[in-house]
Formats: sequence, C-alpha cells, structure tokens
Amino acid sequence: MFETELFLEALPILVVAFLKVTLVVTVASSLLAAVLGLVWAIALRELPGPLARPLAFVLDFIRMTPLPVHLLVIYYAFTGLSPMTVGILVFGVHYSTYMAESYRAGIESIRKGQWEAAKALSLPQSRTWRAVILPQAVRNTLPSLGNWAIAMFKDTPFLIFISVPEMVTRAREFGGQNFSYIEAMSLAGLLFLLASYPTAVLMQKLEKKLAY
Amino acid sequence: MVEFLTDLGTALPRLLAEGLRDTLLSFLGGAVLMVLVAVVLGVSMHQGSRWLRVVARVVVEFFRGTSLVVQLFFLFYVLPSLTGMDSLGGTWTAILALGLNYGAYGAEVVRGSLNAVPAGQWETATALSMPWQTKMRRVIWPQAWALMLPGFNNLMVMLVKGTAVVGLVLLNDLTFESEQVRREVGTWPAFLAALLIYFVIAWSVSLVLRRLEARAQRRLGLGDFEVRKARQDADQVMAGAAAPGGSTGTR
Amino acid sequence: MPTDPGHDPTTDAGTSGAQPRVRFEDVRKKFGRTTVLEDLNFTVERGERVTLIGPSGSGKTTILRLLMTLEKLTGGYIWVDGDPLTHDRRDGKRVELRAKQVAEVRKRIGMVFQQFNLFPNMSVVQNITEAPVHVLGQTPDQARDHALDLLDKVGLRHRADAHPMELSGGQQQRVAIARALAMDPEILLLDEVTSALDPELVGDVLAVLKDVAASTDITMLIVTHEMQFARDVSDRVMMFDGGRVLEEAPPEEIFSNPRHERTQKFLEAVV
Repeated sequence: MFETELFLEALPILVVAFLKVTLVVTVASSLLAAVLGLVWAIALRELPGPLARPLAFVLDFIRMTPLPVHLLVIYYAFTGLSPMTVGILVFGVHYSTYMAESYRAGIESIRKGQWEAAKALSLPQSRTWRAVILPQAVRNTLPSLGNWAIAMFKDTPFLIFISVPEMVTRAREFGGQNFSYIEAMSLAGLLFLLASYPTAVLMQKLEKKLAY
Repeated sequence: MVEFLTDLGTALPRLLAEGLRDTLLSFLGGAVLMVLVAVVLGVSMHQGSRWLRVVARVVVEFFRGTSLVVQLFFLFYVLPSLTGMDSLGGTWTAILALGLNYGAYGAEVVRGSLNAVPAGQWETATALSMPWQTKMRRVIWPQAWALMLPGFNNLMVMLVKGTAVVGLVLLNDLTFESEQVRREVGTWPAFLAALLIYFVIAWSVSLVLRRLEARAQRRLGLGDFEVRKARQDADQVMAGAAAPGGSTGTR
Repeated sequence: MPTDPGHDPTTDAGTSGAQPRVRFEDVRKKFGRTTVLEDLNFTVERGERVTLIGPSGSGKTTILRLLMTLEKLTGGYIWVDGDPLTHDRRDGKRVELRAKQVAEVRKRIGMVFQQFNLFPNMSVVQNITEAPVHVLGQTPDQARDHALDLLDKVGLRHRADAHPMELSGGQQQRVAIARALAMDPEILLLDEVTSALDPELVGDVLAVLKDVAASTDITMLIVTHEMQFARDVSDRVMMFDGGRVLEEAPPEEIFSNPRHERTQKFLEAVV
C-alpha cells in the first residue's frame, strides 16, 4: 500500500519543486503584494472620489473572483511572459487586494489625534504619511500581512492551471508515473503543513508581541 | 469594441448553460458541509472535554495546513486505493474537499465567536441552572451567531472562489468551460465572462449574509464596538493557527 | 438590629433539623499558584443574611462564585442543607459529584451579578421566564404571570417587553434581581450588585433588595461596599482578609466596635 521506497524517491523531487517554485513564488508575490497593497491603501484614502471609487471596485472585483481564472487570462493574454512570471504577478496582484484591506484597517486604527497633531505642526501630507502614520500602521498590519502570505503559500498549487511545475503538480505526475499517488501526495501535504503551521504560530506570537 | 461585446455575448450564455451547474453544485454542497464541519469542530474546540478539544484542534490544523488542492487530489487519487472502494466521483470529491477545507477555517470562526460571548452570559446561564443544551441553544448560540456571520460571509466568498479548482477532478465548471470557450471567442471575452459570473455569485452570497448579519445584530442590539470587533476578526478568517480570539470567555 | 424580627435565624430552623443552610468545610481555592482561600470554615443558617466585607482580593467574591459552582474547589467541601454541592465525602475520601447531582443542588441557589448580565437576545420578560420554563418546566403562561408579578415588585412592569439595552443600569439590575427570584431560590447571592451603577441609580436597587429581604425568608450572602445597606439587612457581618475570616459579629457591633485594627482601618476607608 504505502511504499517507503516511493516516498523516498519522491522526496528530492518535491523538495526541489518546493524550493524552486513554491517558495520563490510565495516570497516574490508576497513582496509584490505588500508593496502594491500599500499603494492601493494610500490611493484609496488620498485620491478624489471619482478616481478612488473605480479603483475600489476593481480591487473588490479581483478579490471576489477566483485566482485560477486570473492565472489563465494573463497566461493566455501575454504569451511573452514565462508561466512563472505570470504566477508571481497574478498572485502578487490578487493578494495585494487583501493586503490593502489590512493596511486600511491598520491606518484606521491610528487615532485622529495623530493626523491633527501632524497638521498642527504643519507637516506636509507626504511627510505625515512617511514619518507619522505609516510607521504605526505597518506595525499594526505586519501580522495580518504575514497571515495573507501563508494563505497565498497554500494557494500556490493553483499554478497547476498554467502548467508551472510546482510541488503538487510534480506530486501528481509522480503518482501517475508510478501508479501510486499516496506517497507523493502525503509528502506534499506534509511539506505544506511543516512549512505553514510553524509560520502561522510565529505570526500569532508576533501579533501578541506587537499588540501593545 | 463591438466585436468584443459580441464575443462576450457569445461566451456568457455558453458558460451559464455548460459551466454554471457544476460550479453551483460544488458551492452549495461545499457550503452545507462547511457550516456543518465548522459548527461541530468549533463547538468541540470550545466546549469539548480535553481530549475532544485536542482531536478537534488537530483536525482543524490538518485541514488548514495542507492546502485545498492537495486534499482534493488525495480524495480523488488516493482514497479509492486506500479504502478499496470506487472513486467518489468528481462532484462528491469536490464537495468533500471544499467543505472540509473551508469548514476547518470556519471552525475557528465558531470557536472565536463562542469565546467572544461575555463570560457573564455563560455564568448567568449556569446560575440559572440551565442544562448545557439549553444554555447553548437559548443563550449563547444566538449571541455567538451574530458574531460569526461576518466571518462566514468572508468564508462563503472564499468558497465561491475555491470552486474554481473542481475542474482538476474533471468537473465541467465555469473555469474549465471558459478555457473551452476561449478557443472560439478569444481569451479576454471568455475569461471575463467567467469572472463576471463568479463575481455576481460571490456578491449575491455576500449580500444575503450581510442581510442576515444586520438582522441578527439588530435583534441583539449589539453595540458598534462588538460589530466592529467581529468584522475585524472576520478579515482574518484565513489566518493560520488559532487566530481570532475574543477577549474573555469561560466554559 | 435585624430589620425583620420574624427572621431570627435561631427560631427558623426549618424541616431538616439542625443542618445549616450553607456550610463551608476546610474550603481551599487556588488560582494557579495564588491561594485565595485557605481552610475556610463557616456556616450560614436558614433565613440568615450574611454580608461579607473586606479589601478587594480578600476572597469574598470567590466564596459566592464557589457556591454558585462558577469556580472549582481546590480542596474541602461545601454543604447545602447538609447535601454535598460539588464534592462528597465517602469512606473518608473526597469524591467529585456528577454534573447531574451538582445541578440538582445548584437549583436552590440564585445569583445577581455586578454586571447584570441580562441576555441581549431576549426581551425583559423573556429574560425572567427563560429558566423557569426551560429548567423548572413551568408553562409559558405560568412563568409569564409570575414574571410580571416580579416586575411589579421591582417597579418595572411597564418595561416588560423592552429590550435590555434600552434600560438604564439600575433598571437592568432590577430585572436581574427579578430573574434570579423567578427561580424561587432558597439562597440568593448578591455580588457587588451596585458597584457598576452610577451613584444616583444605587438607591432604587437597594430599595428593591431591602423589600425582598423584608418580605421573604430567602437566605442571603451579600458582597457589598454599601455599608449602610449591610447594616440594614444583615444579621451578621464577616470581615475577610487574606482569605481568612478576621472577625464576625452582628452589624451594629462590628460597625460601632470593631475588634480588629484591620477591620477598623477598612471601615474607615470605605465609610
């Protein structure tokens, strides 16, 4: 039933796919999402209504529609891009819409007095953001960003839709070639669990630590 | 532009006719199972005996930690060989994977909401000698329910989006069909049509849940503070490892 | 002097002979490593009104919560009418009782909390009828009639169908008192019931409680900082400090002539 040999055979294949694809996409997309999310959050606050409202709608639209379809449309529409690049871009943009919400909550959690104090000191708006608001907001937002990064990590198997050889794609291939899926699939699940659970616990600790 | 609209006009009815059914089936089945799993595991984690709490916690962390697609493939490829039975078929596999995966996230929502019902409410019910079922059904659940709806709202939208993977176990859902339609009408009209349908479904589901939420909260006369707190926790439904807490709580 | 001479606990021994209403025997309670109560022994007679006073952290509230089974005993026994509450002694061994047995004895006890704790998902009258219907098995009509009588007694009959959140704190607390009384408790625990109220609302609540004290023979254990109230309703005042009974005496005695220096200091600080 469960053959240790096959399990050991699958191990290097999956670990390599994990390091070369899953991890790379997660890290690159998380950074992209963290930056874009901040841009959206500030834009939604600073842009005049006629511009902010369409932006808010687009972000909502992206957030409420499935990531696999986003992957497919960009994959087919921009054939010049490598599938891996498509993956990083789409994951980054998709999760930036969630992270924008996290930033928004972080910014809203800053008391009005901070804005007023900055105004009373005649600080320019850009300086107010950079020196007063963002340092406080980002601190409040970090654990939430981390949690979205973990969620994104667990979504990376969606890359199977555009044939990027990430870990679960490899596991399915391996299962098909050896007529036995249990070893590779268990291993894939195990690797996800081993990577995501400790990170999640870490985020929780961070959240408690930053809470005051 | 005109051509684009014509193509969109071709794609939309095709998708509605051929892809909508499997998507909705996966969503509805998944939603029912999700709520069931969430309630059973969530109440166990909060109210169960020590060992039951541990078991429920392990199940939750397992399903949250191992990724939806892995679970889907496991049920599809591995389960039949493990049990010696026939495959469950795509639809049941999809419903089971979606319900278990999102139900595990939902369990945390249920647990957090039970925890957020003030300790005084639990204690007063005890002081009035209510048996556990009465306490739960009449006092605690109606209050926790109002607090868990924002979280369930977000999870339902996630679930709608999550159904896009069911094509991987050979269902002909919207995502799968949009790839077929693409060959006739081109990339943008085909996928945009799919996205529009997904958006309408997710938006409608969200609207229904917001209505329920407003009703439940009005009935409780919940203050702004509790509502805002519940919404904030709701934004963290996908967070790992026992995230949304709630301030006080006893068993 | 006791407000109601008809309540002299010594003449009110009741049916089951010499058993006191409540007896704490060698009760110990720890929270983590902190010992809150150490080998506590005292009894409360039938119909007696006992006020527990003492600095915060002295364990008064813990005593009420132990009696209401909201906290678990670390050691010792609590007896209600001679029946074990949570732990029994069998062949010299301390045995924990089953939840069902605990529930039976617990029904004789009611409690009013500092924070009122009305159920927000029910109207005022539903708050009161809920437990009589679903615990005691009264018919809804029966329970409602009784609830309306009780609301009359606390002066809130006209708010029967209001939502708890529409009431002032004082009104909420009066509903909470009615709710506890609806279970016909033999023992009523009052845990700092006026501490969360604005000063101008305290009077109404205390008036209701004095009325309850005068018109029933319910045994009461009271934790309060309202010394005048304690003087008016109690038969006995127990001064706690560091989880022990420092001294106990009838109110007129302890208030006018405390034996312990710490009692004296405490009374000077609160009066």
